[in-house]
Amino acid sequence: MFLASAGDPLFVDGINFAVALAVIIKVVLAFAFLLVSVLMMIWFERKIISDMQNRVGPDRAGPWGILQSLADGTKLFFKEDLLPDRADKRIFRLAPYLSAVPAFLSFAIVPIGGTITFGHYTTELQVADPPIGILFLLAMSAVAVYGVMLAGWSSGSKYPLLGSVRASAQMVSYEAALGLAVAAVVLYTGDLSTRAIVTGQEGLLRHILPSWNVFRLGFVPFFVFLIASTAELNRPPFDLVEAEQELVGGFHTEYSSIRFALFFLAEFMNTITMSAIVVTLFLGGPDGPGFHFLRWLWPILWFLGKTLVLLFVQVWLRGTLPRLRYDQLMDLGWKVLIPGSLVWLLILGGMLISFKWGLIVLGISVLFGAALIRARSLGAQRVGEVGS
Amino acid sequence: MGYFTGFKVTLRQMWKPRVTVKYPEQKRPKPVRFHGRHVLNRYEDGMEKCIGCELCAGVCPARCIHVRGRDNPPDAPVSPGERYGFVYEINYLRCIHCDLCVEACPTEAITESKLFEFSFTSRQDAIYTRAELLVSEDGAPQQLPWEDWRPGDDHDTSAWMRATSPSGSAAEEGIVHWSGERGYGVRAPEQGQAPAAVPAGSRLVGRGALTEPAPSTPAAVAAGLEPDGDGGSSGPLTPEDGALQ
Repeated sequence: MFLASAGDPLFVDGINFAVALAVIIKVVLAFAFLLVSVLMMIWFERKIISDMQNRVGPDRAGPWGILQSLADGTKLFFKEDLLPDRADKRIFRLAPYLSAVPAFLSFAIVPIGGTITFGHYTTELQVADPPIGILFLLAMSAVAVYGVMLAGWSSGSKYPLLGSVRASAQMVSYEAALGLAVAAVVLYTGDLSTRAIVTGQEGLLRHILPSWNVFRLGFVPFFVFLIASTAELNRPPFDLVEAEQELVGGFHTEYSSIRFALFFLAEFMNTITMSAIVVTLFLGGPDGPGFHFLRWLWPILWFLGKTLVLLFVQVWLRGTLPRLRYDQLMDLGWKVLIPGSLVWLLILGGMLISFKWGLIVLGISVLFGAALIRARSLGAQRVGEVGS
Repeated sequence: MGYFTGFKVTLRQMWKPRVTVKYPEQKRPKPVRFHGRHVLNRYEDGMEKCIGCELCAGVCPARCIHVRGRDNPPDAPVSPGERYGFVYEINYLRCIHCDLCVEACPTEAITESKLFEFSFTSRQDAIYTRAELLVSEDGAPQQLPWEDWRPGDDHDTSAWMRATSPSGSAAEEGIVHWSGERGYGVRAPEQGQAPAAVPAGSRLVGRGALTEPAPSTPAAVAAGLEPDGDGGSSGPLTPEDGALQ
């Protein structure tokens, strides 16, 4: 229907003045919202981290230091922009944008509320609702790998190179786990579109719990996605791409001024986007109890509240966990998250057919798991014998 | 569930009080013997204490002091002695605030104040001249435009001298060995250690004595002037006894 999809930036129903206006307004609003929330996120993270470390944190710029990121950003704009002599100049200039643009784009598919009506036009509160939906997120996070990788590669320096090698290995590894967690959601919803995923989670589960995917899918895909997205974002405890202590900043060592700012913009924007995606996929998006007045506002508040909680969790992770070693990182990704989410996907698939099939798949999985553990312990024994 | 105890710790820390002192607004109290920027003192009658002997310049390990003496004009003497410090300059780009100049000074002319916040912006400002170092007519240190004095910073400008007994003899601790200062008179000796740190019966040094000789000399103890000086030892104390305690 034309009216329902007015403002769709994919222009599937043709284009007219109202559609174009709605698209422009939505894009500008989303852009401004993201930029402001990145500034707030940096401030929020620094404040929470300093609270956890019994410090005061930024408190000079504005009330409670709320303008600190703005001051930092302004400072970065006026810094000298260095271009290393041995850098691959064109790629060096390109890389920050490869990092920042996907961060902006992936937010476009996040539904931040229900629908809203202006006069005759009803539009969904999300920039775009493409039929490929969540695949777009995976594509964008794959493009972001290029940003980090090319940044390190083109710097012509060893620390960025090491950082980018780690980055590509880490991000590619965890993309598999990320994709498998998303697959569980898609399997259950039967649709790739984020709007369909969100509307599929409305209602109650057995009359007590909200029927969000985190409960319906049995927590495992949720935690797999949370861990894998943290790794995908190169946030602590998976930040060995930057690893200030070993790699003096990793892939962005040679970057300065506004290009450096773009990397950090991208990192924090990705953090916000990933938290929003987790809310969309597993926590029902804008779903939650509303009231009769201001009917359009409550979903937005629910969405923002859930995202804020997840952002706090991200900061909490950073404040608590020490950085993983490279082999621990790969062990966690390949030996725990990927097999775990694969098995869970199989069980979910069985359960979707019938309860009996679910139990059969579960039994087979347990059997295989036991055999695997037995084989591992035998192998460890063998190694011990050889060693002694 | 050992994995999650760490998360509890960080969450708990959020409600603990902060240890940060918000520096420019709040300041920690400075120690009594803090080494700050120097002042050149005056006697109570307004005469300068410096006699231009250059001992401070000689002892300075950073070689930041430059002194030249000159004979006092007979009709209007600047210092009570034969000579006075005609040129006195300290280069604060070099000074390490070791206080050796204060120890070397025979007339307690140069002492260190509590001021350390002076953000000069040129080399000329960094070199303090005699006119800038000298205390004003009322005995207070001068405040230069780039200095951040707070109330109290200008009080204990000669604390080090009053903290240590001459020649390291404990028997002389608490006895005034210094001349008066313009605006403050003869300063009281620094109080001894905190009472908790002093064993009972040994509180005979440096307690409550102001300008009079403290009742801590062996004679005073023997005469029973010390209220509780009979703690462990009976009979007259020797300076060695005092040192032991």
